[in-house]
This record gives sequence, C-alpha cells and structure tokens, in this order.
Amino acid sequence: MPYIANTPEQQEEMLRQIGRSMEELFSDIPPDQRSSGLDIPPGRTEQEVRDRLTRLAARNKIDLIGFLGGGFYDHFIPAAVPAIVSRSEFYTAYTPYQPEISQGVLQAIYEYQSAICRLTEMEVANASLYDGGTALYEAVMMALRITGRSRVIVDDTVSPIYRTMIRTYTSNLGIELEETPSRDGLPDREKLREHINDRTAAVVVQNPNFFGCLDEFSDLAALAHRHGALLIVSCYPISLGLVKTPGAMGADIVVGEGQSLGIPLCFGGPYLGFMATRQPYVRKMPGRIVGRTVDGQGRQGFVLTLQAREQHIRREKATSNICTNEGLCALTALVYLSLLGKQGLVELAKTCAEKASYAGGRLLEIRGVRMRFPQRYFFNEFVLELPVAADRVIRRLLEQAFAAGFPLVRYYPGMENSLLVAVTEKRTKEEINLFAHALEMSL
Amino acid sequence: MKVIFEKSVPGRRGVRPVRQEGCPPPGIQPRLLRDRPAELPQLSELDVVRHFTELSRRNFGVDNGFYPLGSCTMKYNPKMTEQVAGYAGFSSLHPLLPQLPRGEMLGQGALAVLYEMDLALREICGMAAFTLQPLAGAHGELTGAMIIAAYHKDRANRKTTILIPDSAHGTNPASAAIAGYQVQVIPSDANGHMDVEALRAALNDRVAGLMLTNPNTLGLFDPHVKQISDLVHGVDGLMYYDGANLNPMLGYCRPGDMGFDIVHVNLHKTFATPHGGGGPGAGPVGVCEKLVKYLPISLVGERPDGSYFLDYDRPHSIGYIAPFYGNFGILLRAYAYILALGREGLLRVAQNATLNANYVMEKLKPYYDLPFGRICKHECVFSARRQAEHGVGALDIAKALIDRGFHPPTVYFPLTVPEAMMIEPTETESKETLDAFIAAMIEIAELAETEPQKITRCPTTTVVGRLDETRAARHPDLSSLQ
Repeated sequence: MPYIANTPEQQEEMLRQIGRSMEELFSDIPPDQRSSGLDIPPGRTEQEVRDRLTRLAARNKIDLIGFLGGGFYDHFIPAAVPAIVSRSEFYTAYTPYQPEISQGVLQAIYEYQSAICRLTEMEVANASLYDGGTALYEAVMMALRITGRSRVIVDDTVSPIYRTMIRTYTSNLGIELEETPSRDGLPDREKLREHINDRTAAVVVQNPNFFGCLDEFSDLAALAHRHGALLIVSCYPISLGLVKTPGAMGADIVVGEGQSLGIPLCFGGPYLGFMATRQPYVRKMPGRIVGRTVDGQGRQGFVLTLQAREQHIRREKATSNICTNEGLCALTALVYLSLLGKQGLVELAKTCAEKASYAGGRLLEIRGVRMRFPQRYFFNEFVLELPVAADRVIRRLLEQAFAAGFPLVRYYPGMENSLLVAVTEKRTKEEINLFAHALEMSL
Repeated sequence: MKVIFEKSVPGRRGVRPVRQEGCPPPGIQPRLLRDRPAELPQLSELDVVRHFTELSRRNFGVDNGFYPLGSCTMKYNPKMTEQVAGYAGFSSLHPLLPQLPRGEMLGQGALAVLYEMDLALREICGMAAFTLQPLAGAHGELTGAMIIAAYHKDRANRKTTILIPDSAHGTNPASAAIAGYQVQVIPSDANGHMDVEALRAALNDRVAGLMLTNPNTLGLFDPHVKQISDLVHGVDGLMYYDGANLNPMLGYCRPGDMGFDIVHVNLHKTFATPHGGGGPGAGPVGVCEKLVKYLPISLVGERPDGSYFLDYDRPHSIGYIAPFYGNFGILLRAYAYILALGREGLLRVAQNATLNANYVMEKLKPYYDLPFGRICKHECVFSARRQAEHGVGALDIAKALIDRGFHPPTVYFPLTVPEAMMIEPTETESKETLDAFIAAMIEIAELAETEPQKITRCPTTTVVGRLDETRAARHPDLSSLQ
C-alpha cells in the first residue's frame, strides 16, 4: 500500500506481540455502526494520479492575458521563493509547540511579524490569519472587544467579497453593521460623520479601495478617535512600496490579503491574512504571536507568547477560535519581501503604477471609453466606464484570450458598464497595446 | 542567530523587478504617498537563501524523524501531492475567473476537483453534502456552529447552549462561543468517555447541539455515541462531529452512521496535506440532508451535459465564510492522496494507525501509567505521574526525547489526565521506528528513577535550551523595528 511502511509480515508480528488480531483492534466499534467498506475507486499508482491531474489541470484556461484583480493579483514569483519554502523542514513541521526544535519556524514568524510592521508602519503584528477577509472580520471583532460597543461602520468601497463575509459572521451576534455609500469612488466623509456616534466601535475602510482609488484617511482616524472608535484599514501590501501607510494615517488595526507577496493565485487559496495593531491592543489581538526571549545560558531564542488570549488556554473565553496561522504562507511572504528588499519593493510598486498609468492612458484613447472616477488617483487598478455593458466586452475579449477585468455590476447594482482593470508588472506594454486594440474592436 | 534585518547591507540587492521603458510616471498626488521606504532587508539572493536554509536546519519536520504529536496526525506528506499542487494549470488560476460571464467553462478542471472531492468526502463520512470552503479545522467548527444556529432560527427554536465534553480540543468551546452560544461542559466518566448521566441531566430545550470527537482525545472510541446522539436529537439538538481524529475510522465507521448531523474533516490530518509549520490547512464541513440548504455560498454542481457550475442561488445559506472555494491548493493535495490510496488504501490507513498506536501502548504500559487501558484507536495517552514523583514531568520527558532524535508527543493535553503524554504514531511509521522510540521511552523511564537530573536538564543537543517563556510574556519583544 502506498505510504504505509509495515509489511504484512511485520503487521502480523506486531499483532502477535500485543496478543491481538486486527479485528479485535476494531471490536470497540459496535457492529451496527460498522461500515461495509467504502464505495470509492481502487487506488492508483503515482503515475496514474499525476496523469489524471495533468489532464484536469489542462482543462483550466491559464494562458489568458490577465487584467483581472479585485484584490487578488497575478504578480511575478521569483524562483528562490518556492525553492526556499519547499524545504521540508518547514513544510512538514507543525505549530512550534517545542521551541528548541522549532527555532526555524519561530524565528521566521518573528521576522514576518517585523516585516509586516515595517511595511504598514504599525507596532505589532500577529503570526497571520487565514486570508484578508477573515482577517478583516477578526479586526472588527477585536474592535468590538476593545471598545465594548456594538456598532460598526463599513464603507462600501471595502471589498464586497469581504463585506459579505463580515455580514455572514456577525449576523447572529447582535452587532449593528452599517454600510455607508461612497461618493465618487471614495468614502463619503459627510455620510461617515452622520453615521458615527459614541456607540460606534470602528470605521472600516480600504486603501486602495475596491475601485482601485487611493485615499488618505488621517481625517477619518481623527473622526473615529473623537468618538472613541477605532479605524480599521484593509490594504494591498504591494502598494505599500509607494503608497502612504495605514500606520502613518493613524489606523488602529491594519489587515490585508498577503497573496500578492509571492503566493500563487491557486484558485482562491491558500492565502494569507495579515494583521497589525498598536502596542496597547496587543493582548486583544487574535491568533498566534511569536516573541523573542533567551534560554538559561542567555542565548536568544523565540517562543509562542501571550498565549493567555488563545483557545487552548482560554477555551470559550478566547479572543478567537483560530488555532494555527497560515504558517507556510507567512514564510512565503517573508521570503518574498526579503528577496525584493527595501529598493526592490519600491521599484516593483512603481512599475505596477506606471504600467497601470500607461494602460489607463491607452484605453482612454478609445472613443466612448472614460474613467469612472476621473478625479481620483489610482495605484494599479482602475474603473473604466464603457459605452456598453462590461459583461459583453468581457465575453468578447475572453474569446480572444484576454481576461479584461471584473464587471462591477456583480456587486454594485447600476454599474453595468463599469469594468475594473488591474495591471501588474507581468503585463508588458505590447500586451497592453493588444488589449486596448481588442477592446476597441469589441465595442 | 541574527534576525534577517540585522544582516542587511545598505545598497545590496536581491531579486530585481522588471522595468518598462516608456511608461509615464503615475503622477500620484504626494499626500497619498509614503514618505520613506519600508526598512526591508537589503541582501543578495544568496544571503537570503543561506539565511532560510540555516533556519530550516533549526526546525524539525516529519521528513526529519518520528513526530508522534498526539491529535495532530503527523503522517508522511507524499511528494507527489506537492508536485501536483504546483501544476500551473491549478496554481495560476485566478479565483474570480468563474465569476466572469461564461467564466465557469475556463476552470472546469478545478471545478471537477472540487466536485469529486465533495463526493469522496460524502462517501467517507456518510454525509449528504460538503462545503469545501472552511480554511482550517477551527474554521470548519465555526461554520458548523453557524449552521446549527441557522437550523434553529428556521425552526424558531430558542436555543442558547452547546454542550462540549471536558476532554475536547480548545477550539470547540471557542468556536461555539464565537458563533454566539453559551458553552456547557460535560464531564467524562471513569472510563474516559462522556458521562451519559451528566449529559442526560444537562439536556433541555435550550440545548442547540453537542460537539464531540470520536474517538475522543484519549484515543478511545465512545461506545455510547448512538445513545448520546438519540438523547441530543430528543431535544431537537444537532450532533457535531469534530473530525480531528477521523484517521482510524476510515472505512470502518462513518460519522453519519453514528448519528452525526454535521462533520468537519481536517484534511491536513486525515488526508496527508502538510501542516506547513502551522497552516495552511483545510476543514471541509459535511452535513446531513436536512442541513444541506444552510451550507455556505457557493457549491459546485454538475449539469446534465457533464460540465460543472457554481451555485450561488442558495437563499437559506448561512452566507459567505471564505472569499472563494476554500484552500484549493490543500483540497487538491488531499484529492490526489485519496485517488492514490483508493478504498483499500484508506482502510489500511485506519488499520495501521490503530495497530501502531496499540503496539506503542502495550510496549510502554509497564513503564508509564496508562489511565485507560482499553484498546485505543489512533493514539494512546499515558500519564507521567510515576516519573513526576522523582521530579520528572511530562515536559522533561518531552525534552529528553528531543535529545534522542524524536519529536515529543503532545504533553499536558487532554486536560483530564495529569502529566498527559498523548502519542499518535500514524500509519506511515514502521515497526523499526516505533521500536526505537519505545526503547528511548523505556530508557527515559529508567533514568527518571535512577538519575532524574539527566532528564531534567534536557535538551542539551539543540541550538537553544529551554527558553524563558515568562520573560517573553512579561516583556513582549514581538518585532524587530528600525
């Protein structure tokens, strides 16, 4: 049998030594609950499994020229990233319960926490959460705990994918979730001022937001703090090579999807939810945290710490039910950021922004095409307003092997003609030109 | 060892991102820009590779040696499934593609994997349908608890409480609480099973359900599970199965047949996906027929022409619990593993996991206290009570095992056993490995009586000794800031 070491002779020998039969070992299961075997196909050899999956993989269309983003981006992954992350000392280990033989994972998480703090200009980060959406939900729950309040304002420029998740998670908890309508692609300050009051736990915004628009939230941080509420900012880590950080804007909790940091798109996961906050809130933070300490001889080492927040100690009183983190994805992000380095991240962010700017310019040359939010600045994603339904254009361009972007009408009623276009460093000028030409022809 | 930021050399470069001539500067307003770059390390590619290679040498994984960490099922992770997960046809697939007009046809291979995985899990667990979306075991528990809430809401039941045995994993009460329930703990009886009389006394109209692991965290199969499930159903409560310990049940017993209404499966345990140093995992949730309508949006369906589609039209669903379709890369590995093993292979998994655990239990019985001496399933739980009388606790034994080249068992869990040592060998380990481990455990037991200081000063072979955890918690140093 694959992956089972004991030979039938060894199994017999072991059973003989313990004085049992195999049947006896399962005699504790009452006969009326015993299955009569599984109705699944017989096993296959490695070659057969790989053949089958090669065929299935070929039924996925991946040779499209992609302008699809929406919070999940096709960035280039340097060869050294998978080479390092696939070291099995990392990936076949579990949670570092025994720190003396887990210093590799522990130090990597500490370095990851540090990298997230430096990227976002925040003070403390956790060891990661499942994804950007669950991280945002956890941030909301954390703000409710910190403030002891029950209202949360979420702007509608926050990813609609994440907003639906937050709605699902909070639906039974007596939490008032208010979604404020945006104005011209940015959170509507007036609306936010109307909605916020002294029962508000948090204001949730995103930068760049789902429309790709860039904003500066210092005023919202001040507004939230005036009412004793927290500002939660969801962000796109690659943009932070260039864009003002949530930390510098006065955010209290920063979260985001770390997929863009060297993690493949892989049809939706595994991804990486990162979370950072300010020092005073660290004991209210969910998830694992690694700290630096020393051993009996004064040698530096790393351990899981502040565990009195967690489910294995606090059980029903824990800050979250999360058990592990996304360890290997956090390692991936750390390796990616280390390889790019201080200069590399700035250059990468610039290239993305420049290529997007070029694409925006080219597409605006097409008659009838305009920017939906012309007065806004964007990083690498923007909303085109087409003269026809975006769905129609997307369908036509797919036939020519372009993934033109995302139709906003799927989440924003009334935006039938709006197409969300993302440009990463992987798109070339030539591809952008071809795309613009194809789009023009499709109208 | 220095942290990576301390190795930084100003001006040194690693990987250079692509540049493109002839693109205009983006012209973003300065107030929207960062005023100084993030202080990321400045290193060459070789520096980075050496740093992480060195870190990897300071880490112990299943590929390094025996890893009998109870309740975590640290079995071998086949290399084949890693390779399959890396196929570009899967790893490059954008999750929003199927949401484009006619986009489903662009991801038929991936949807086929999800559809077939659902079918395989239904058969293995005896459930009506699965959602593959939960991103970890605990995430599956939360999803399950939300399904319990949706069911009772529909029936206008006033339910406030979820019952949980005292031997449960900490995630069970935490998940129930986060879903909005109060938790009531049911004690174990003298045999290590749930105390049925205590359960009977706790049951009333406010009980929404019961979360149970079977075999439980002592590795014992609860023979009363059918009776328990009848009792809970008697107050219109739902039975939730924590699939953490499903490994020794494969092909022998299905949660659905035991009377469970909801099940989560830890793919990283039962189906050999790597634990990744603590995630990513996956925790698909299966339900019985009457709960299918509450499963999260979306589900994968099959059309009469054999093509697959995503079903978003689910008015009774609890909603969206994950951004997309689950941790696809993990689901893919588990799917490849199930294909490779097939029905016969899965049965052998259960047999060898159980045989290995019972073999270790019988061999170590003379040397360590065994609180519950019956046949076990995937794991056995000893107590270091006897050694503790000589000043050698479960933690000391764990550290002594490290010096002998083994990853220690889970210690101090379950909470119902003092000085607990929870040993789960898994089916992929050989008799030779088990014999070497048993010999080390016997040697440690003997030393504990004769020269306990030789045990309490362990580990001595590691890059650091026992670390000061009190200091870590009192004076938190959680990041290296510039």
